[in-house]
Amino acid sequence: MSVLVLAQHDNRTLDKATLHTVAAAARLPGPIHVLVAGHDCGAVAEAAAALEGVAEVLRVEHPAYADPLAEDLAALLVSMAADYDHLLAPATTFGKNVMPRVAALLDVAQVSDVVEILGPDTFKRYIYAGNALATVRSRDARRVLTVRTTAFPPAGSGAGRAEIATVAAVEPTGLSTFLGREVAKRERPELTSARIVVSGGRGLGSGENFKLLEELADVLGAAVGASRAAVDAGFVPNDYQVGQTGKIVAPELYVAVGISGAIQHLAGMKDSKVIVAINKDEEAPIFQIADYGIVGDLFKIVPELTAELRRARG
Amino acid sequence: MRVLVPVKRVVDYNVKIRVKADQSGVDITGAKMSMNPFDEIATEEAIRLKERGVASEIVAVSMGEAKCQETLRTALAMGADRAILVETSAELQPLAVAKLLKAIVAREQPGLVLMGKQAIDDDSNQTAQMLAGLLGWPQATFASRIEIADGAATVAREVDEGIETIRVRLPAVVSVDLRLNEPRYASLPNIMKAKKKPLDVLTPETLGVDPAPRLEYLRVEEPPKRKAGVKVGSVQELVAKLKSEAGVI
Repeated sequence: MSVLVLAQHDNRTLDKATLHTVAAAARLPGPIHVLVAGHDCGAVAEAAAALEGVAEVLRVEHPAYADPLAEDLAALLVSMAADYDHLLAPATTFGKNVMPRVAALLDVAQVSDVVEILGPDTFKRYIYAGNALATVRSRDARRVLTVRTTAFPPAGSGAGRAEIATVAAVEPTGLSTFLGREVAKRERPELTSARIVVSGGRGLGSGENFKLLEELADVLGAAVGASRAAVDAGFVPNDYQVGQTGKIVAPELYVAVGISGAIQHLAGMKDSKVIVAINKDEEAPIFQIADYGIVGDLFKIVPELTAELRRARG
Repeated sequence: MRVLVPVKRVVDYNVKIRVKADQSGVDITGAKMSMNPFDEIATEEAIRLKERGVASEIVAVSMGEAKCQETLRTALAMGADRAILVETSAELQPLAVAKLLKAIVAREQPGLVLMGKQAIDDDSNQTAQMLAGLLGWPQATFASRIEIADGAATVAREVDEGIETIRVRLPAVVSVDLRLNEPRYASLPNIMKAKKKPLDVLTPETLGVDPAPRLEYLRVEEPPKRKAGVKVGSVQELVAKLKSEAGVI
């Protein structure tokens, strides 16, 4: 029996989240197959075939897969499921959308956001916004998992030589129609894969003031994130959100600015290697997990820090 | 059009939970309980649909112990018309909840199921997608805008890359994200009125669903703790430490 990984892609490039998912799949018994369902997605299939540890790529071409719709992708996965013990996708909004539907149609539980694989049926995952770590065992014959990408290093790229097989599409369901996508165009690195993240909270006071963070981020080559409070207040769009209900990040360096450290924010960043906190309230919970803290006015400290880093860079 | 709104009773989001010493679970004895915040947003959206004349009736559903009636009364006080409790002491996991909801849908024939994208206790983010799958209905998850016209819902979805817009045929299941709306507080007169609104109690047996859990929780541990570090006095000191001590810049 084998492991099936549902690839995340945009028909041109394979999303990095898939590399992490393949690495998680390597902890499970059996050869790894990667399903690339898309439209004109040959380059993606080739990228998947070159991943370390992949035994076979299943390429399915159909206009219905040009944009990921849960109904059609789930139907496709279910049609292939008999050959697999494990079906995996990254715990991104893409995987979270599709996989529970697959699990329900297979009449099995899904294990969401897996951070550790202890055996074919036993997994670790966080509950209560990361305040408890549960070890769960699946009693089902087939296991559907979504994988927290930051918990598994990416599979090596370029070394693999997997076969690419063409698989027929399943009749589209026609239940939903893709209308459009507004992709936030940013010069900066993507949040979940950035080496450094600079995040702002309610303390920033306005969306305008995020400029201060952007300047700091540019000196550091960092991505910009935000707490739920800042998103709720309308300072920045939701795709900036780091936390229990937003993105999970684990960069080398996380700089939290004007963020008090609510439980739900910590859930999204506490696995960062080094955490820096800048906050005027010295009792703020963020200082309890920060490696380095500065108590003071962020409107004074952030520009100083940006200038100091520029100077240090020469 | 009838709108079904499933609501979950969870530990209030402000409560810092504790893991039990014997690692058998999380100690929630005496903790303040509230409606799952995402379900409040779903309830609010249903009420707005009714205010706009799109929805005709709002039915709130909860599952679990008798105390879930409190959560249903909250939904009724916000503006739901009636409520259904599926009463059980069994541990309910997302697949079981989805099956129970499917049975409720068969009885109630809603045109739309509006629900939170995830519960803040188990953080599964599964039930809406599972319900849609079991019903063979379309799904629109993580909604930040919902427009209903001509037997279809146009939904803006919060995805990692930005916003995606899809159209789903009704009936459909829509799961809601944070920015969809800001839920109202129930007024005192409405809280009083809610006490008189109908609340039916059913059981998994009467609905013909076996809610047995498929995942076994072997152990629940305290997550690895980070130690608090040091406070530094200046940005110069900070940059020096990040360079020499932490080696991250």
